[in-house]
Amino acid sequence: MTTKNPAPRSRPTLIRRNLQLAIVPAAAVVGGFLVGGVIILISSLANGALDFGLPFNAYGSLFQGAFGSLRGILFTIVSATPLILGGMAVGLGFKAGLFNIGAQGQFLMGALGAAAVGAYVAGAPAIVAIPAAILAGALFGASWGFIPGALKAWTGAHEVVTTIMLNFIAGALIGYLITGPLEAPGFSFSRTGALGNAELPTLFGTSIHLGVFIAFFLVPVVWWILWRSTLGFEIRTVGANPDAARYAGMHPALITILTMSLCGLLAGLAGAGQILGISHFMNASYGTSIGFDSISVALLGRAHPVGIMLAALLFGALRAGSGLMQIQAGIPVEIIDVIQAMVLLFLAADVMLRRFLRVRGPSIEPDELATVSKTYGSGTI
Amino acid sequence: MSETGLPAVRAPSLEMRGVTKRYPGVLANDGIDFEVKPGEIHALLGENGAGKSTLMNILYGLAEPDEGEILMDGHPVTIHSPADAIARGISMVHQHFMLVPVLSVAENILLGDEPMANPVFLDRRAAHARIRELGTNFGFDIDPDAKVGSLSVGWQQRVEILKALYRNASILVLDEPTAVLTPQETREIFAVLRQLSSELGTSIVFISHKLYEVLDIADRITVIRRGKVVGERIPAETNEDDLAQLMVGREVQLTANRGESKPTDVMLVADGVRVADDRGREVVHGVTFEVRAGEIFGIAGVAGNGQDELVETITGLRKTTAGRVTLNGRDITAATPRDLHEQGVGFVPADRHRFGLVLTFPITDNIVLTDYHAEPYSRGLVRNDDAIRARAQECVTEFDVRTPSITVNAGTLSGGNQQKVVVARELDRELKLLVLDQPTRGLDVGSIEFIHGRMIESRNAGTAVLLISAELDEVLELSDRIGVMYRGELVAVVDARGADKEDIGLLMATGGRISPEATRVMSAELEQVS
Amino acid sequence: MDVVYSIPVIGVIFQFIGYVIDVTPGIAPIVVGLAAPIALGSLCGIMNERSGIVNIGIEGMMLSGAFAGFLAAGLFQQAFGGEGWGPLGITPALLVGVLAAVATAMVLSALHAWLSITVAADQIISGVIINVAALGLTGYLNRLLISPNPRLGAGTFSSFRLPGEVSDFPVVGWLLEMFVEQGPIAMSVILLVVMLQILLFRSRWGLRTRAVGEHPRAADTVGINVIRLRYRNVIVGGIFAGLAGAYLTLEGTGSFQNNMTAGRGFIALAAVIFGRWTPIGAWGAALLFAFSGAFGQAVRIRPPGEAYPDLGTIMSAIPSQVYGALPYIVTIVILAGVVGRSLAPAAVGRPYQKEGKTA
Repeated sequence: MTTKNPAPRSRPTLIRRNLQLAIVPAAAVVGGFLVGGVIILISSLANGALDFGLPFNAYGSLFQGAFGSLRGILFTIVSATPLILGGMAVGLGFKAGLFNIGAQGQFLMGALGAAAVGAYVAGAPAIVAIPAAILAGALFGASWGFIPGALKAWTGAHEVVTTIMLNFIAGALIGYLITGPLEAPGFSFSRTGALGNAELPTLFGTSIHLGVFIAFFLVPVVWWILWRSTLGFEIRTVGANPDAARYAGMHPALITILTMSLCGLLAGLAGAGQILGISHFMNASYGTSIGFDSISVALLGRAHPVGIMLAALLFGALRAGSGLMQIQAGIPVEIIDVIQAMVLLFLAADVMLRRFLRVRGPSIEPDELATVSKTYGSGTI
Repeated sequence: MSETGLPAVRAPSLEMRGVTKRYPGVLANDGIDFEVKPGEIHALLGENGAGKSTLMNILYGLAEPDEGEILMDGHPVTIHSPADAIARGISMVHQHFMLVPVLSVAENILLGDEPMANPVFLDRRAAHARIRELGTNFGFDIDPDAKVGSLSVGWQQRVEILKALYRNASILVLDEPTAVLTPQETREIFAVLRQLSSELGTSIVFISHKLYEVLDIADRITVIRRGKVVGERIPAETNEDDLAQLMVGREVQLTANRGESKPTDVMLVADGVRVADDRGREVVHGVTFEVRAGEIFGIAGVAGNGQDELVETITGLRKTTAGRVTLNGRDITAATPRDLHEQGVGFVPADRHRFGLVLTFPITDNIVLTDYHAEPYSRGLVRNDDAIRARAQECVTEFDVRTPSITVNAGTLSGGNQQKVVVARELDRELKLLVLDQPTRGLDVGSIEFIHGRMIESRNAGTAVLLISAELDEVLELSDRIGVMYRGELVAVVDARGADKEDIGLLMATGGRISPEATRVMSAELEQVS
Repeated sequence: MDVVYSIPVIGVIFQFIGYVIDVTPGIAPIVVGLAAPIALGSLCGIMNERSGIVNIGIEGMMLSGAFAGFLAAGLFQQAFGGEGWGPLGITPALLVGVLAAVATAMVLSALHAWLSITVAADQIISGVIINVAALGLTGYLNRLLISPNPRLGAGTFSSFRLPGEVSDFPVVGWLLEMFVEQGPIAMSVILLVVMLQILLFRSRWGLRTRAVGEHPRAADTVGINVIRLRYRNVIVGGIFAGLAGAYLTLEGTGSFQNNMTAGRGFIALAAVIFGRWTPIGAWGAALLFAFSGAFGQAVRIRPPGEAYPDLGTIMSAIPSQVYGALPYIVTIVILAGVVGRSLAPAAVGRPYQKEGKTA
């Protein structure tokens, strides 16, 4: 049975394999929308009677809002941008066997760093101010990833609980800094100062800012690191089997810290992009759900950078179109969260979905995700 | 009433007819007919992977057969779960003990069949009384409150047997019960089994791949190979060669032809090495030995006497608390796994699933697991896939790894082929020292022969080989010199020529000193003999 | 005392201890109340983890319970009305609310059980899904059903009041006040904790549950139905998460806000670990976390005055957000400090599959 000449995997099978990979996520998305539709239908009872047109109405305006105009499409892309980075911040963690629920806090810290440093260098030439502000966001985010990484590596505290606590602490820290030391004078409410030259340039006056390009550029970069570099091999080995990694001469503790820091860096970049490219300042009660949406994006994208990009575009479209849906069909934007949860539910019930769809062939790398909770009870790495 | 003070059981006759069990890609049982007469000790002999455990798991309700039926006293019965099996008087002592380490002896024994003081709470007093009674009757003086995790493997096995006695088992299945025991402990267990069979009338199914044991204990022997029954024998009418040929399907050399060793320079020196386990307790207390280039130094010992920690220390996975290790004169006490790899140390770890392989990675990645960072498999930070593939192909061919392709995940290979991947990676290069920890555990005879052959080749090429095995037979067969570990100390080093198995067994069990525990064990043994 | 307090540096530590002793009696009932949802959440966690299941979804179960309890109580009150009964102000609407909260959390627990046990999905992911779904659905329904109806609500349970003579009794009176001057849910916590502690370590159910969480195959081979026991424990555990949610809306605030659990479900997980998977230990941990939360309030209400000169200066320099974040910080510090030395049930997070998957 020993093969003498293993041909590199040929192109058609590669495409087929990838299509097979996509069947379950695609089915999960369809299922999510179906359940969302049923919920919308039931909600129509609030107006008296079942309105079978309402789900179509709602999804129609959702689609129109996301793709119906150039502005809508651009808005979809801009909305997807932080989700791509955040999704990779969670997905990269999965590869190392880490569940980074802290993308939210890392995002906020990145936004804070960019807002603070951006305001500080507002007067400098753009060529200095922009990189400085972006770098500050990345580093602030990385530091917020470093903490749970180091806690896990050195004390064995599981990242799921520590990152969630750090999300709350980030919120409190921002509240303090922006109402205190970082508060800019001359505004009617507490906020950071104007960004001046640190604001990101946009493409032909559209909403497409520099951060969009950075996010899409980082997709192949992260892919390359994971599958073409020795660092990526180390990350994946630590994620799949930390004991074997130690045996192979790797340092699981260091890789854990490094990976969490990189996750934080990616999420921090997402935060920096939102501040420098869109909102242009940060207030004390800056709220967002991007960090949590990133988890959904990473799961739907199967922790693969390309999958994450596609999932981010989908969820970006939902966010972009939901405003129009609320106005036209009167459906609260929160339905998007419900649809997301249902998509995840179908995704988690992978085995059942396969049986239902009669998808055969290898279950695609199930262990890569399923390793996360096995470490919950164990101490240090 | 028998001498044990226990009521005799009435074992039914047991018959399994035409049992077939398929797993994806494997026909584990292929129309097996198997019969146990009341009160007999019936051995089920076969290689690892021949389908013995599968058959017994079916009997015990842990697996569902695809075809076939089970008859007791001539009537077909259905056994869907262990609960069904227990209700029919079947008990099983598994190869990997089914004991909960953090629970006490009593809790483990009564679990699933608890005496109750009322509908909610346990009746601890009744439970303890019954366990003490059972224990005394069989000469096991055991503390019902001791945590099972703190007991030695020999005593854990006694707990497993008490579990069966507690349930009044009439049919007792033991899966490779002697794998972790010393020859002396094995004799004690055999005495208990004979007592059960002759005095209580318990039927016993004894699963093993060790020929001499089967010949010693069994009333009847059924041999299975690749899922099929290939013969039935009575010990008086057969011998080891006959059984070996039946079991493997061809002539086998029962002992490896290791030839003469020509040891030269001292390669590895361990000097007063002390090591602590994960909980910080010292488990290796100042071990000193040396291994010369061109010899195989074997370390025998019952599992859990500090061998694992000693190996992990020598291979850089664990820190020493005191002492020194040198390789070819260089201090490697604090060396990392990577340093050692680069200095020519090969290491085949005991648990290939835990350390040796990443099961979800393809063979290619596993072949370069310890070399991925070095030329030609990477240039700087960039992996070189062509070089990795070429190397994997070379290893797969050279070490006869049976696989459809080098891109399949290591987890899909059979145990023997997985181990060959590890051996290929660790042996197929210039080596100064080769450390092998339980290198053939759970493998089929073909793979075992292959790996033993490679080990001897390495030695003949001038590598210092350190072999650790809980299988005393393996150590005796391959080593040029043998050290015995007992409670974290190397209690003896003997020349393999003329080494006596009994003597080494006794060293493994008692460390050569007559400790209070040993005297108790021995007196219990004497009582049973008389 | 003043002499001790005036020692440089160390004096401040003594001042801190003195101040803590000073304010504790005042905030003790608040602490026990704040600890209630955390302790209940941790009981849910113990029911899960002792049988080998990680439950990150306690937060979502609590939140859903809080929402469903509030909604059901409010709607019942609107439809049927009803009067408060007894010193605890128990109304039919509030009882219906508690039942609705418990039922909702049990439904989510059943979902978690199905995903973790039958589907064998990653248990942390299953928990995350429950949290995302709970946040989304409660947010959506809050906007749809509660926001347009601002008068909806059924009030809260009342706290028990001890007669003055009893609470004036030294020490005993204070202890009684602490644990008894509570609403019905917070009052029942101590009973539930003790009950679960005894059942876990003295009953057949407890023995089997511990065996299943440590070594499910061993339990299986002695005839215990691992799957059924896990299902039962996870679903029954939902009762505690539901009670925790009911506490928040029906005994605490009397209203529902989006994401009002604010991480209590996750702090409960830390309490499980800190309490070494025992109900009493987890309850102690919950009290500690609650104390760190109440401490901020104490500082606001009764700042360290003349008696603690240096402490007062230091504390007034610490921004209020620090006190707000204190429970989260304490959680991290404790988790980092104890986890390496505590042992989780060995099978936690691993789905159980019967033998025979590999040949």
